[in-house]
Amino acid sequence: MHIPDGYLSPATCGVFGAVMIPIWMAASKRVTKTLNVRQVPFLAIGAAFSFVVMMFNVPIPGGSTGHAVGGVLVALLLGPWAACIALTVALVIQAFLFGDGGITAIGANCFNIAFVLPFTGYYVHKLISSNSPAGSKRRIIAAGAGAYVGICVAALCAGIEFGLQPLLYHTPNGQALYSPYGLNVAVPAMVLGHLLVIGWVEVLVTALVVQYLQKQDFVFFEGGRS
Amino acid sequence: MTLANKLWRGIGVLMVLSPLGLMLPDRFKAGTAWGEWGVDELQKMRGSLPQGFQKLSDLWKAPLPDYAFQGWEGKDLFHSSFAYIVSAAAGIAIIAGVALLLGKVLVKEHE
Repeated sequence: MHIPDGYLSPATCGVFGAVMIPIWMAASKRVTKTLNVRQVPFLAIGAAFSFVVMMFNVPIPGGSTGHAVGGVLVALLLGPWAACIALTVALVIQAFLFGDGGITAIGANCFNIAFVLPFTGYYVHKLISSNSPAGSKRRIIAAGAGAYVGICVAALCAGIEFGLQPLLYHTPNGQALYSPYGLNVAVPAMVLGHLLVIGWVEVLVTALVVQYLQKQDFVFFEGGRS
Repeated sequence: MTLANKLWRGIGVLMVLSPLGLMLPDRFKAGTAWGEWGVDELQKMRGSLPQGFQKLSDLWKAPLPDYAFQGWEGKDLFHSSFAYIVSAAAGIAIIAGVALLLGKVLVKEHE
């Protein structure tokens, strides 16, 4: 899901960079308000955890690979805004140090993985868990559902971003300038692998850690608590 | 042991196990993630490269490209696994450090 340099046009990259700036600013503000000093180490743990989870490439049908993100988990622990910050740190270091995801695509990759993924997962969890007690089974199921939907919607976004390129940017005779794969190829390629395999890996990672943290009496993020 | 330390220990275990992320795809002959092909791969798949792609794709030379050491391309799984663990360790240290610093700066503002 880490879009490399060259697959998105500079204009697309600019748009996503511009979209991310106010999101990052809002995230900083919200984290300042809601995170307390004792939680700061968990921000680092969340970022590092997510980074190392992303290294576990899993084969998916069709001869390619994918990986879980663990980002929905971070959103459940610290809130979606803090997760946005933690995942952004991981994505920026991945791009610069490891060439995983393009430098020009940092805005788009952060939009998909550091914004869409944690927020979708967080709100799906919230919807399903509703008022169930903190240590309940229902919370674990809600966490799994959030993880699955979050990563699949993020993959859909990446697929759309890839797939729009040949429609928007081509030579006068129709040759693609950037990603050569249209929506009809890019969207199923991105989404199916995540629906079939990677989404379930994300479910497993999230549910196991949530269950473990419940046993440790970890206080999960409650919207608005300071 | 504090919960934070327990979780750090868990991350350490994941770091050591990370080469599974190389071995499993290798075992199933699974290639690059969709849409993450490099110049050579895309060239091979399509016969030619999109013009804009050519200009942008080599913009950045990462120090540890794809979690491997430069010049170790084509080395066996044992070597690439070693480089993978070193990359994981470096990534965890830097990312945790940056996140910690950022967290401290942000949270300090309202203390």
